[in-house]
Amino acid sequence: MSGLGKVVRSGVRRRKVQTLVTGLAATMAVTASVLGGSLLVASNGPFDQAFSRQHGAHLTAQFDAGRTAAAQLSASGHAAGVTAASGPFRTATVNPHDGSDAELPAGMSLPPMTAVGRADPGGPVDDITLLQGTWASSPGQVVLSTTYDSPVKRVGATLRFPDLPGQPTLTVVGLARSVSQTADAWVTPSEIASLTAPGTTGGYQMLYRFATAGTAAQVTADRAAVTAATPTGALAGVQSWLNTKQGTDRNTALFVPFLIAFGLLGVLMSVLIVGNVVAGAVGTGTRRIGILKALGFTPAQVVRSYMGQALIPAAVGTAIGAVAGNALAIPVLSTTAQVYGTTTAGVAPWVDVAVIAGALGLVTLTAWAAALRAGRLRTVDALAVGRTPRTGRGQRAARLTARLPLPRPVSLGLAHPFARPARTAGMLAAIAFGAAAATFAIGMGSSLSWAQTAKNHDTADVAIHTFGPPPGPGQRGPSAVTPVTIDPSAVTTAITAQSGTLKYYGTANTDVTVAGVSGSTTVFTFTGDSSWAGYKVVSGRWFRRPGEAVVPSTFMTATAAHIGDTATLEDHGKAIRIRIVGEVFDPHTQTNEVLTDAATLTAAEPAPHPASYYIKVKAGTNLGAYINTLNTTLTPLGISAETDQVHGTSDVILALDALTAILTLMLVAVAGLGVLNTVVLETRERVREIGVAKALGMTPSQTVWMVLASVVIVGLIGGAIGLPAGLALHAVTVPAMGHSAGLNFPAAAINVYPASELIALGLGGLLIAVLGALMPAGWAARARTVTALRTE
Amino acid sequence: MMTTPVIELSGVSRRYEEGPAALDDVSLTVKGGESVAILGPSGSGKSTMLNLIAGLDRPSAGTVTVDGVRVDRLGESGSARYRRAKIGMIFQFFNLLDDLTVSDNVLLPAEMAGMARGEARRRVAELLDALGIARHARAYPGRLSGGERQRVAVARALMNRPPLLLADEPTGALDSASGQDVKALLNDLNADGQTIVMVTHDLTLAQACATRTVSIVDGRIAADIRTEATR
Repeated sequence: MSGLGKVVRSGVRRRKVQTLVTGLAATMAVTASVLGGSLLVASNGPFDQAFSRQHGAHLTAQFDAGRTAAAQLSASGHAAGVTAASGPFRTATVNPHDGSDAELPAGMSLPPMTAVGRADPGGPVDDITLLQGTWASSPGQVVLSTTYDSPVKRVGATLRFPDLPGQPTLTVVGLARSVSQTADAWVTPSEIASLTAPGTTGGYQMLYRFATAGTAAQVTADRAAVTAATPTGALAGVQSWLNTKQGTDRNTALFVPFLIAFGLLGVLMSVLIVGNVVAGAVGTGTRRIGILKALGFTPAQVVRSYMGQALIPAAVGTAIGAVAGNALAIPVLSTTAQVYGTTTAGVAPWVDVAVIAGALGLVTLTAWAAALRAGRLRTVDALAVGRTPRTGRGQRAARLTARLPLPRPVSLGLAHPFARPARTAGMLAAIAFGAAAATFAIGMGSSLSWAQTAKNHDTADVAIHTFGPPPGPGQRGPSAVTPVTIDPSAVTTAITAQSGTLKYYGTANTDVTVAGVSGSTTVFTFTGDSSWAGYKVVSGRWFRRPGEAVVPSTFMTATAAHIGDTATLEDHGKAIRIRIVGEVFDPHTQTNEVLTDAATLTAAEPAPHPASYYIKVKAGTNLGAYINTLNTTLTPLGISAETDQVHGTSDVILALDALTAILTLMLVAVAGLGVLNTVVLETRERVREIGVAKALGMTPSQTVWMVLASVVIVGLIGGAIGLPAGLALHAVTVPAMGHSAGLNFPAAAINVYPASELIALGLGGLLIAVLGALMPAGWAARARTVTALRTE
Repeated sequence: MMTTPVIELSGVSRRYEEGPAALDDVSLTVKGGESVAILGPSGSGKSTMLNLIAGLDRPSAGTVTVDGVRVDRLGESGSARYRRAKIGMIFQFFNLLDDLTVSDNVLLPAEMAGMARGEARRRVAELLDALGIARHARAYPGRLSGGERQRVAVARALMNRPPLLLADEPTGALDSASGQDVKALLNDLNADGQTIVMVTHDLTLAQACATRTVSIVDGRIAADIRTEATR
């Protein structure tokens, strides 16, 4: 081994704390960066690739066949900005039933379906991928989309349409995927006539690609061009590819801003820690540097030796971080891969390479900058260190703190940070980063908890499910869960007659279609006063009367609607207009929902049957006794009451919580180790002073107080800087996460810090500082006075 | 001349893991008012003896009693309190704290001991005045000459009025003139009744300041001679 190699190796072994700190900082930064980078790629990659391969539709436009002709629509393919178009294809919205009557429980039906008549899956736009079977080539055949939410989704299954003349039946001959999600099913063009309800004209679908459609504003302009090229009022609705992409990528996208925030914190912290460690090693190793130079080391060799001491632990930390990042990313990425039917569930290799190279490059650069001083030191000056009095840094502070009415060990310690301003600044930054990370993480946890509460909206004490547990908003399953045997009035009579009942409401759900919105939209209907149901209103208000509705952000985005606008739902062939009066927070995935009074759907569903009832009992009511008594009435009806405990936590929120905890622990640990490193350096440098003080009668406990006092001011200032930084990061990241996932977080989800928590977090910097300083304080207290006095 | 023993070393040995004993079955009594110079070559054990008396180290065998305190039985905190009350120390390289002023350096032992601030300040002024360095009270040690720094160290050592003053090569880092200055100072202190134990290579220091010279060779007392300091 060369002389340089020996020096590097001995330096790494000798400086265990610094080696550990550097390695951990690199691990944390690389873990967060690999996760963030891979998810950033994953949130764009598969969709974009599939969209490009299929020549996906930037705009899927639905036209009213009664207001335009096919020829006019064909001409719209030449509208300004259009680069390719497909269609017009005839469309029909139908309510299918399971043809075998065997695969669904009684009382359940399939979601409504938008069927499109296409002769073949190819074309200049929306080149559909046939996954199984064949394309529909003759009457009576249908190809189902993989996105059609139905348990009856296999080749060979049959679908019945008893509501239509002749009660046609279709056989599923294939399964296909349209990345643009242009339909739930495809049939031959001639089949559409048999699927169109009497008295309705059906519709046309046009698919467009544009020269520019990268932003919402560009898509809006493109839509305007198409509207201008078609008869007035013919355009019934549109679906932007940006919304489809956002809905598909929602879970993955939710992680990205969060991981970018942690990744940035991690990278900055790593640079800081590595710089601090190397500068500290140079500072405390001055005499050693002098000896090395006296032995013939060139300045470049000295610099390289210190860079090596940082690079070895950083390389190990980077390797561990890369493995950890890949391991944590795979479960999330595999979900994404399933959505697109791809098999690449791993992190893109270039992400690993880029992160590893970037991390090591950054460490090299930082270590080089910090080690330059070692190369420049004059040998004679370096050798003289410890034998000449130090210059007057920190003397004024020492004089000032000596005047404070504090025990002398404490006032001695308080002056220490002022003797080494650069080192103190490094420690300050580490503490500020740690405090910011803790503040950010606790806020993130509270915001996610808020989101979970909003999702659960479990404000009721008692629940009665007349047909098994309800799917709840967003939990799409077999829809139109409708009890067929329970008389609603019998249930409500039992509830109102029960003493202890404060208030109650009933809820049911049904699927409808909304023009221009892909797939079905689930309408949740409420009977009774539902204003206390626990839904979080982002803007506007809860509905108060039939005809009014509240919708989640996703619905508003998909329909380009605003509060005060109206939308038309198609339910059992009836058009029902609703006025949107509020936006509710709903973190469920890929679900269009409408929440309204049950009476809103009276025209289509005159006798609503609530699937569930939720009851709030009066204060002081014994819940167990209440339920038991209520059940004596309900049991003969075949149903029962139970406590309403919907305290489940979504997998995404669990994953985010776990990641928050892991990354924050790592950041705070690195911050604490940064403090530890600085205090160790400081203690080593001051070991002679400590020895003198002990020789003069300073006890071990006074020594501990002195060392702890040396970090108090820095800890307080670090906390004071870290707290607002963490708050700002939280205030930026949470809305960004919502935006990525198509959700709007209200102020209540962002202003989640109670005053007591703010005070505690403000003191977090002090806690990090004291925890980091405890160990070196113990070392200082235990240091043998004789040895300390001998130390140069 | 006082006759009460201030230091009593009885059968004291100090052995380290490797090598011969640094001190081997040493017994020594120092009475109040004596000025004892401990002489010997490097590695003879004289600094070890000083450390044992100061409570900075513990003997492997034997007992160390200083002013009635069994120093060899004290723990870390106990020996710190013992040093505050019983010992003043002077080092070869002064060991002043560079970021404290002269007066703050001198004040330090009193502050450790919890002496009232006003009383401590009066004592500092009195000591600095007596040692002729009052004009440097607000200066930092880095600006003083070696002799002046050692005077500050002496002032600090005397701050808590210790019954015993220990000096480790007190003139070892000084030029000739400063060395003479320190010798005179130690003589004056001893003349006022201060018990002093100094470790030195410097025979002239021993001759000038010591009333008794103890020579140590290979961890054992080779000679113990009462002398009359050439004052």
